[in-house]
Amino acid sequence: MNKLTKAFLIVIVSLSTLNTFAQDNKDDLEKLLGEDQPKKEYVKNAFKSNRVIQGHSMEMTGKGVLDFRILHRFGEIKGGWREMFGLDQASMRMGFDYGVHKDLTLGIGRCTFNKEVDGYVKYRIIQQSKGAKSFPVSILWISGATMQSLKTTSSNYLSDFSNRLGYYHLMIIGRKMGDKFTLQVSPTFVHRNLVATTSDNNNMVAVGIGARAKLTNRMALILDTYPIVYGAREAYNYFPLSLGVDIETGGHVFQLHITNSKGMNEKAFIGETTQNWGKGQIQIGFNLSRVFTIVKNTDTSW
Amino acid sequence: MKKLLFSLILLTSLQTQAQKYFTKTGTIIFNSKSPVEKIEGVNKATACLLDTRTGAIDFIVQIKSFVFDKQLMQEHFNENYLESDKFPKANFKGVITNHTAINFTKDGEYNAEVVGKMTLHGVTKDVKFTGKISIKSGKVTITSTQMLLLEDYKISIPNAVKDKVSKDVKISVNTTLELMK
Repeated sequence: MNKLTKAFLIVIVSLSTLNTFAQDNKDDLEKLLGEDQPKKEYVKNAFKSNRVIQGHSMEMTGKGVLDFRILHRFGEIKGGWREMFGLDQASMRMGFDYGVHKDLTLGIGRCTFNKEVDGYVKYRIIQQSKGAKSFPVSILWISGATMQSLKTTSSNYLSDFSNRLGYYHLMIIGRKMGDKFTLQVSPTFVHRNLVATTSDNNNMVAVGIGARAKLTNRMALILDTYPIVYGAREAYNYFPLSLGVDIETGGHVFQLHITNSKGMNEKAFIGETTQNWGKGQIQIGFNLSRVFTIVKNTDTSW
Repeated sequence: MKKLLFSLILLTSLQTQAQKYFTKTGTIIFNSKSPVEKIEGVNKATACLLDTRTGAIDFIVQIKSFVFDKQLMQEHFNENYLESDKFPKANFKGVITNHTAINFTKDGEYNAEVVGKMTLHGVTKDVKFTGKISIKSGKVTITSTQMLLLEDYKISIPNAVKDKVSKDVKISVNTTLELMK
């Protein structure tokens, strides 16, 4: 074997090993894809719907989705069997929420309680995410207005239109922790142009707390409360507290709960809850949400 | 000596002939028959690697990349059925049993049979699929339609919708691979 062939041989052998080495490296599809950067992933489904129970949740209505919501609050349970535990008296809110954009929802509704129309704008400033460039919480802003449509009489001051109006603004800061538990805090400001008595305060501040604990994929326990920190009238305004279960069935979300509040918008359940859990003044209520797809979904950011 | 050299050259040339085809943008359509509404999700980010020398074929599918017309359906697909937070990927690792009969360098169409292991929803099963492999201007297209029984992969259907959702789903694969450089 002369030197040249030897050198040639070595080159070939080393080349072939290099080759197999290179092939080995490329062998695995997983490795091939693993070269991609870790992706930012938004955290979804912190709550089953855009309301915890009474108040807004950190979830939005999806883009192009119309959420038709029917809320019912019955009479007090302690009415007993003569009142069918409150089922004889029902007040309701019928509302529509529409997702204009994944971070913008508009809503409108009408409550029988106080004969009130309400509308709101909900904007998600930032969405909780994980992975690269993640953010630990979702932050949202909601502003809404309410209008009573009660008949004008000489004694009720409603001839002045502005007296019919109320406003609410809140910020939600929420976090889904793992896939079972979600917690959110929502400082809320409520203003009513007209209040019932001079000892009532036109302005109120409450700090809402909403939580969800998933029991199964389709069922969860929920808590929604708004302790009032400013503006409550002594022995009249009580803070709303609702406890319930979320049940999901196909296209519906069904929320069954007990609550001491009849109001079904922020102004009403913060400003006009006069029932007291301590005295057993609670009632059964349910929320039913049915979504309709108006614009076809193209969201690939799952 | 010359023989040795020759065989060595032959070996290396054989090795360079080992060709791999790859894609990150294959399509998989998930389709469930339902008398009530169309349940169909389209995934256009399916990764596939094919080694024409050994016939080895791998798929990796990101569950979260399935897009449904209805957002709620997509949510249920991820949250309730496939549990994509827990099991983000489905994969298949197998071999084309008749790969030697396929000439990957020439345009043509072949029936192919693939055996291997599929992992979906955290459950791994031995599977056998049939499909078509067509070669056109250096690109390899794999198409296949299979029925999967949800039960096999421990994907449960809640009682409330048992009569609205079928027990098996149709999986259609259509992926075009390009030669890896």
